[in-house]
Amino acid sequence: MSYISKPVARHPGQKKNSLGLTARDYEGGMSTLCAGCGHDSITAALIQAFFELEVPPHRVAKLSGIGCSSKTPAYFLSASHGLNSVHGRMPSIATGANAACSDLTYVGISGDGDSLSIGLGQFAHAMRRNLNMLYIIENNGVYGLTKGQFSASADIGSKSKRGVPNRFEPIDPVLTAIAMGGSFVARSFSGDKQQLVPLIKAGMAHKGFALLDIISPCVTFNDHDGSTKSYKYTRDNFTEVTHADFVPPAQEITIKYDQGSVQPVTLHDGSRIYLRKIAEDYDPSDRSSASAYIQSHQEKGEVVTGLLYMNSDAPDMHATNQTVATPLRDQDYSVLCPGADALKALQHGYR
Amino acid sequence: MKPTDTSHPDYYHKVVDCQWGCPAHTNVPEYIRLIANGQFSDAYMLNRESNVFPAILGRVCDRPCEPACRRRRVDEKPVAICRLKRVAADHRDDITDRLPTAPEQKNGKRVACIGAGCASLTVANDLVPMGYEVVIYEALDKTGGLMRTNIPAFRLPGKVLDEEINYIVDMGVDLRLNSPVNSMQALLEEGYDAVFVGSGAPKGKELNLPGRDAADRIHIGIEWLESVAFEHLDSIGEKVLIIGVGNTAMDCCRTSLRLGGKDVKVMARKPREFFKASDWELEDAEEEQVEIVINHSPKEFVIKEGKLVGMLFEQMEYDIDENGRITDSRVTGEKFFPCDDVILAIGQENAFPWIERDLGIEFDQWDVPAVDATTFQSTRAGVFFGGDSAFGPKNIIWAVEHGHQASISIHNYCQKRELTDRLPPTMNLHSTKMGIHEWSYSNDYNPASRRQMPHVELKKRFKKINIEVELGFTLDQVITEVERCMNCDVQTAFFDKLCIECDACIDICPVDCLTITHNGSEQDLRQRLSAPAENPEQDLFVSGDLPHTGRVMVKDEDVCVHCGLCAERCPTGAWDMQQFKLDIPFAEDHQ
Ligand SMILES: Cc1cc2nc3c(=O)[nH]c(=O)nc-3n(C[C@H](O)[C@H](O)[C@H](O)COP(=O)(O)OP(=O)(O)OC[C@H]3O[C@@H](n4cnc5c(N)ncnc54)[C@H](O)[C@@H]3O)c2cc1C
Ligand SMILES: Cc1ncc(C[n+]2csc(CCOP(=O)(O)OP(=O)(O)O)c2C)c(N)n1
Ligand code: SF4
Ligand code: SF4
Ligand code: SF4
Ligand SMILES: [Mg+2]
Repeated sequence: MSYISKPVARHPGQKKNSLGLTARDYEGGMSTLCAGCGHDSITAALIQAFFELEVPPHRVAKLSGIGCSSKTPAYFLSASHGLNSVHGRMPSIATGANAACSDLTYVGISGDGDSLSIGLGQFAHAMRRNLNMLYIIENNGVYGLTKGQFSASADIGSKSKRGVPNRFEPIDPVLTAIAMGGSFVARSFSGDKQQLVPLIKAGMAHKGFALLDIISPCVTFNDHDGSTKSYKYTRDNFTEVTHADFVPPAQEITIKYDQGSVQPVTLHDGSRIYLRKIAEDYDPSDRSSASAYIQSHQEKGEVVTGLLYMNSDAPDMHATNQTVATPLRDQDYSVLCPGADALKALQHGYR
Repeated sequence: MKPTDTSHPDYYHKVVDCQWGCPAHTNVPEYIRLIANGQFSDAYMLNRESNVFPAILGRVCDRPCEPACRRRRVDEKPVAICRLKRVAADHRDDITDRLPTAPEQKNGKRVACIGAGCASLTVANDLVPMGYEVVIYEALDKTGGLMRTNIPAFRLPGKVLDEEINYIVDMGVDLRLNSPVNSMQALLEEGYDAVFVGSGAPKGKELNLPGRDAADRIHIGIEWLESVAFEHLDSIGEKVLIIGVGNTAMDCCRTSLRLGGKDVKVMARKPREFFKASDWELEDAEEEQVEIVINHSPKEFVIKEGKLVGMLFEQMEYDIDENGRITDSRVTGEKFFPCDDVILAIGQENAFPWIERDLGIEFDQWDVPAVDATTFQSTRAGVFFGGDSAFGPKNIIWAVEHGHQASISIHNYCQKRELTDRLPPTMNLHSTKMGIHEWSYSNDYNPASRRQMPHVELKKRFKKINIEVELGFTLDQVITEVERCMNCDVQTAFFDKLCIECDACIDICPVDCLTITHNGSEQDLRQRLSAPAENPEQDLFVSGDLPHTGRVMVKDEDVCVHCGLCAERCPTGAWDMQQFKLDIPFAEDHQ
C-alpha cells in the first residue's frame, strides 16, 4: 500500500469532456490492493469509460459486497453514491436502490467469491429480473481478501499456490447469466483495455442486466504456473470471438468496416454497438448456440471473450412491473402514502 | 524504435533538466536534498565542485537551469534553484578546511592568467591544487572583473565576492593587481608554460547618432557602472534615459535611482517579448518604479547651448507573425523625451588592442578570437581563452565552465598530451528502495507554488547604494521550496524481462507518462501514447520486447514527476527508482 497519495500534478495536455472534467476527476482514493492486482486495472478502465461517456459522477451509484474486488468502488468516482453491502448481498441492495430510484446509473462490482460462492442466489435473481445495471465480476478464481482459497469459478485442475489442484466443478458466470436471463453478457480481461473499455461503456448504455465477467489475476495468490487465471495463462489462451465498438448517441462513426462483417445494434438511448465477428461461426443473438459454443471452446482451454450474448429488447424490471416513469424517490409523499382511507378502500376490494 | 540505451550517461542526464541545462552541470537535486536535510555546508561544497562561486551565483546567476526545470512544465513556475543555492551559502559553516590546497611540492609548470574575473579564477582554482604556479595579471586594483565592477553591490555585496575569491587566491595564487598586460608578445617572452586569456569583453557599444559628441552627459553603461563601483561617481541627474533593455540596462536604471535619479526610463525599441533582460531583473526594476517604454527607437541626442536636454525617438509599429517573429516594421511618429543624462546599455564587445596580430593568434572581423569550442585553445599552441573573451559576452556560469575546460587543456598541454585526450563523463546508479513502499528520497509531490524572495522595503533600500535588496529565503520558505523539487535524478529504471504487463504502472501514473503498445517509429509512437508526447525536446524511453506479448513499454520523459508510484505499484520490481549521479571529470581527474 502506497503511503503517498497520487500527485495532483496532471499532464498539461489532459483532455476535458463536455462537463469540463478530466479523467482524473473520475478517480477515487488511493488503492490499497496489492501492487499489480488486476482489479486496479479494471478501476482504471472504469475511470476511462466514465470520462469518455461524460457521465456526471453524482448520477452514478456504486454497489458492492465483500472482497478485494468489492473494495474497488472506493478507488473511482469519489463524487458518486455508493454502498458496500454484506458479503454476497449486493444484488438485493442494488434491486432496492434501483426500484426506488430508477434514473441513476448502477454499477455493481463483485468478485467470483462474492457472486458465485456466497452470493449465487442473489446474483441469479438480479439477472432473472433483468435489473437495469452494469454488474462486473472481477474474476480471479480465488478469495483474494481471505488469502487465496479456491472460489466457485476455479477450474478443475487449476493449482493453488501450494500446488494442490481444485477438484470441484466451476460455475461459469457467463453461462449462468445466459441461462438466467441476463440480457447483455460479456467476458473480458483486466489486461486488455482496448477490449474492456468499450464493453464497459456498452454495458452501461444497455437497458437491462449487463454482466461483465472480467478475468482479473490475483498477483498474490493466483498468478503462478498451473493457475488458469494468471496473466500468462489468460494471455496464452485468450480467444476473442466478437469485438464490440461503442459509439455514443449522435456521434459520427469514424471506424471503417467491411460490408457484412459488422452487426450494428442500436440501444435505447440512441447509442450504437458495432459488433465485429472474429469467430465466423459465433452468433451472439442466439442463446442456445452461444452457450454451446462457449462451452465447447472452453473445454479446449480457450478463454472465450467479447460480447457473447445480447438481447436489447428484453424488458427490464421496471418495464415488467409496469412501474411509474417518475422514480419513486421523486414522487410526492401523498402519492407514495395516499392515507388511511385509500388503504381501507384497497382492503375492501379484497373482501 | 530501438530499445533505449540507458547505459550512456547522456540519457539519464537529460532527464535531470536543471543539471543538463546548467553549463557546469551542477548536481541540483542532490544539493537541494542536502539543504532539505540541513546539510548546508555539504550542499555548498557540492555546488562549489562544479560552479566554484555558490554564494555569488546563488544571487546573480543567469540560471539557465530554471527555464529548463521540469517543474515549469508541470506547474508553470520552476523550482527556485538559484535562491536555494544562496540558502546553502548563507547557512554554511566555515568551510575553509574543506577547500583544496596547493601541494608543498609544485609541479614546476607556470601558467599566466590575464584578468582576475571568474574565468581566470576558475583556472587558478583547478590548477593550483595540482601544483601549478598560477600568476594572475589584473589591470585594476581589485579582483572579480565585471562581477565587481558592473554587477551593483545591491545585487552582489562586495563581502560575498571577497569571501569566495579569497578562497581561491589564498590557495596560493600569485595575484598581481594594477598590472595590465599591455603586450601579449612581452608576456609570452616571459616563458610561461601556458597562457590563459580571461580578460572579458570590456568594450561597451556606442550609439552614433546626431548630437553624440556634443555633450558629456551621455555615458557608456558598463563604464559608468564601473565608475560607480569604484566611487568615482556618486550622483546623476533627476531625469535619466537608459537606452537598451538587457540586463546591463536593468543595473543602470536601478543604480541611477540610488544616485539621485527620480524619473528613470528604460527605452526599448521593440515590444516586451523581445526584451533581452531576464524576467526577474525586469520585475525587480519595475518594482522600483522604473518605467519601461516600448516601441521607441533612438533618433537623436537633443543638445541646446552645448547641453544635453533630451532625446528624440521614432515611434515604431511592428507586424508579428504567429511564430512571434517580426515580419515588418514602420515608423508612425516621433517623440521627444527630456532628460539630464543618457546611459547607453546596448551591448558589449571584445577588444584586444594589447594582443599583437603577428603572434599566430587569429581574430575574426569583430575582434573575436578563433577559439576551439572544446579545448579553448587559440590558433597559437599554449594560448587559451575563456569567459567573455572567448566567444563574446555570456555570463558567470559559462565563464566558470570555460575555466574548467581550459584547465583540462592547459594540464594536458603542460603534460605534453593531446588536448583532446579528455575523459568522458561517467555515471553511477543505485536503487533508492528502502522498504516496500519507502524510498530514500521524498517522493510525495508537494503542490506548493514557488516561494517569493523577500526584499528590503522600497523606502529603505535607496538609502545607501550597497544595501542588498534580496534578503534570502526564510526558514519556512526553504522548507517549502526544497519540497517543490521533484528529484529528477531519481530515475525510473525499467527491466523489461520482469514485466508481466499488468498495466499497474500505467494506471497509477498521475501524468500519463507510460504506455504499453506495439513498437513503431518515433513519430508514430509519439501520437499513440496514453497522452500524446508533444514536446520533441524530451526523449521517449522504449524498452526491449516484453516477454508476454512482444509489445514494448514506452515512457515519455516530459512531465514525469518522479513520484515512484510506477515502481510502488509494480508487482515484479520491473520498475525501480534509481538515483543517478553524474561524474564530471575536472583537470585533477586527468592526472
Ligand atoms: C552590467 C552587467 C551585469 C551583469 N550581470 C550579470 C549577472 O547578473 N549574472 C551573470 O551571470 N552575469 C552577469 N554579467 C556578465 C558577467 O559579468 C560576465 O559574463 C563575466 O563576468 C565574465 O567573466 P570573465 O572572467 O570572462 O571576464 P570579466 O569579468 O570581464 O573579467 C575580466 C577581467 O580582466 C581584466 N582585464 C582586461 N584586460 C586586461 C589586460 N589586458 N590585462 C590585465 N587585466 C585585464 C579586467 O579588468 C577584468 O577584471 C553582467 C555583465 C554586465 C556588464
Ligand atoms: C458472511 C461472510 N462470510 C465470509 C466472509 C469472509 N470473506 C471475506 S471476502 C471473502 C471472499 C471474497 O472473494 P471474492 O469475492 O472472489 O473477492 P476477491 O478478494 O477475490 O476479489 C470471504 C469468504 C465474510 N466477509 N462474510
Ligand atoms: S490479494 Fe489478490 S485480489 Fe486481493 S488485492 Fe492482492 S492481488 Fe488483488
Ligand atoms: S524539479 Fe528539481 S531536479 Fe527537476 S529540473 Fe527542477 S530543480 Fe531540477
Ligand atoms: S515516477 Fe512513474 S508514476 Fe511517477 S510520474 Fe514518473 S512514470 Fe509516472
Ligand atoms: Mg476472487
